[in-house]
Amino acid sequence: MTPAEILDRLFPDGHDVTTEGDLLFGRARFGGSVVHVIAATGGAPIGIDQAIRLSAAVLAITRSDDAAPILFLVDTASQRMSRRDELLGLSEYLAHLAKSLLLAEARGHRTVGLLYGGSAAGAFIATALACGTLVALPGAHPEVMDLASMARVTKLPIEVLEAKAKATPVFAPGLDNLVSVGGIAETWSPDESLAAQLAALLARPRTDDARRAGRPKSAQIVGDVIAAAQG
Amino acid sequence: MEILHFDIAAPVPAGGTRAMALVGVVASGNLEVLVERGDAPDRCAIEISTAAHGFRDLWDAVVADFVGRRAAGGLRIAINDGGARPDTVSLRLAQGVRMIEEPEA
Amino acid sequence: MSNIRQSWYEAGARERIAALVDPRSFAEFVGPECRETSPHLGIFDLPAQFDDGIVVGSGSIVGTPVLVAAQEGRFMGGAFGEVHGAKLTGLLRAAKALARDVVIAFDTGGVRLQEANAGEIAIAEIMRAATEARIAGVRVVGLIGGRAGCYGGGGLIAGCCSTLIVSEQGRISVTGPEVIETNKGVEEFDSRDRALVWRTMGGKHRTLIGGADMFVDDDAMAFREAARAALARPARLDIDTLVAEQARLERRIAQFGEMPDASDIWRSLGIDDPQAIPDMPATGFATIVAQYRESADDAR
Repeated sequence: MTPAEILDRLFPDGHDVTTEGDLLFGRARFGGSVVHVIAATGGAPIGIDQAIRLSAAVLAITRSDDAAPILFLVDTASQRMSRRDELLGLSEYLAHLAKSLLLAEARGHRTVGLLYGGSAAGAFIATALACGTLVALPGAHPEVMDLASMARVTKLPIEVLEAKAKATPVFAPGLDNLVSVGGIAETWSPDESLAAQLAALLARPRTDDARRAGRPKSAQIVGDVIAAAQG
Repeated sequence: MEILHFDIAAPVPAGGTRAMALVGVVASGNLEVLVERGDAPDRCAIEISTAAHGFRDLWDAVVADFVGRRAAGGLRIAINDGGARPDTVSLRLAQGVRMIEEPEA
Repeated sequence: MSNIRQSWYEAGARERIAALVDPRSFAEFVGPECRETSPHLGIFDLPAQFDDGIVVGSGSIVGTPVLVAAQEGRFMGGAFGEVHGAKLTGLLRAAKALARDVVIAFDTGGVRLQEANAGEIAIAEIMRAATEARIAGVRVVGLIGGRAGCYGGGGLIAGCCSTLIVSEQGRISVTGPEVIETNKGVEEFDSRDRALVWRTMGGKHRTLIGGADMFVDDDAMAFREAARAALARPARLDIDTLVAEQARLERRIAQFGEMPDASDIWRSLGIDDPQAIPDMPATGFATIVAQYRESADDAR
């Protein structure tokens, strides 16, 4: 599905989303009120120029204080890998985008990430994973790093990594793996109404259940540290 | 990973009152040694986790040397080995004993 | 009282914590005796470490109660795995619950590839916990000066801190030099050009451009003193902070966005002799910083 098709299916009551390069911004009519829409599309890398534009939109939404949810459509590559982006401090721009989304959420705007394409590494963290709830459409392909690059860095043959990936979902790319470890709360069905699935999601409070179930060791350690700190 | 267990007589008991000491880091050529108090004051229990398979005899020699030379009695020791040479292992074990015997502040 | 400078760079995680906190004030949480090792390294025949490469606990810094964390850069490059990440997430959530400030000694190459998905999600959870703590008024102070630097997801977490303290040896970046070179070619980034690495990602450049707030010598006591000062600064993360950060980051692109090298940026800041910066000792550099740096105060 293209971003336009997704938006039309999500928002049958209409929207005014426009494009700026690979980025989309706008508002949609939904359930009698409004949903803010931002998107990073085209499977494009997220560099300082993209991150700063996205955070500007999120901050503007936050200042509007309308408590309307923000839907973030994601189909990106990784962070932009360039001398210029690192020279100018890409880590700050990506962190700032994440902070903006987190503050928006704290100020009453539910943030929902909809991963419909790719997303990798630093871009994945600052966009999809910075949303309060992350859902995906089949065909989404999140990753930390592609297997060939992992093979190079770990100095293990790619066949070895592929074999190990069959035994554990904890490292290899792919939607199923990210769902298994609790990184993605729901996989939506493209054969059903996207609007209905969004409405159902917004009707439920945000939950960490998927995260906790996907990584029980992590949940236990978090609890142990908090208990020790309070003890 | 290969897990090796040793439970041997250790004639000299470790002193001090500390419950625990930790030396080293799991890195290439290094190892981490966690020293705790065991039950029997004249025995030393050592558990080693190592990715280098088939070196039991070498560990045996290092451990035997350790309990012979140092105050290893009454200690329970756990090792995570990053591929350290025997002399590094001996050093860390000795450091571990010294640390657990250090007077508490 | 010792006059011998203790190198922060050479120190391990536990030595850094010992230098940072008041004597006998440190209490470790989920320490090595708990043996909470990574459940994921065995499949790769990789040795685990009892604390999974991060030490977390409570202490005081010149009397102020804090929560502290220090990554062990020598274990798997200080990289974030499931347990490692969870210890930091728990610490930051505890910080919010207890209204206690946090000091984090970073030393990390980013996500641990053998546990990539768990590590990646952990980074996001840590950023959320740090940001939520800060929104609640907690200070999160980051110290960067170790062998592994502060790369990848670590760089993103650093960007969520209220104050960043960095030394010459510290580096902050999302993509490492080798990975840029492998993906984009040596023309884009020659990872073996150490001077280029430091001009682009190193502590001095980050301080001058506003990517770090305080520059210190490679000296554990200097890091401790800087942390103390950071803990006395106003604590705030609200819409005004992020609006101010948005403005300074937009301004940075407008002013420096077309400059090919850090020396061009430094010259444009008003520094007459940018070539002298890399070799300048900390005391001389402090004067330059005071006069010319881009500030991120109340805008981070």
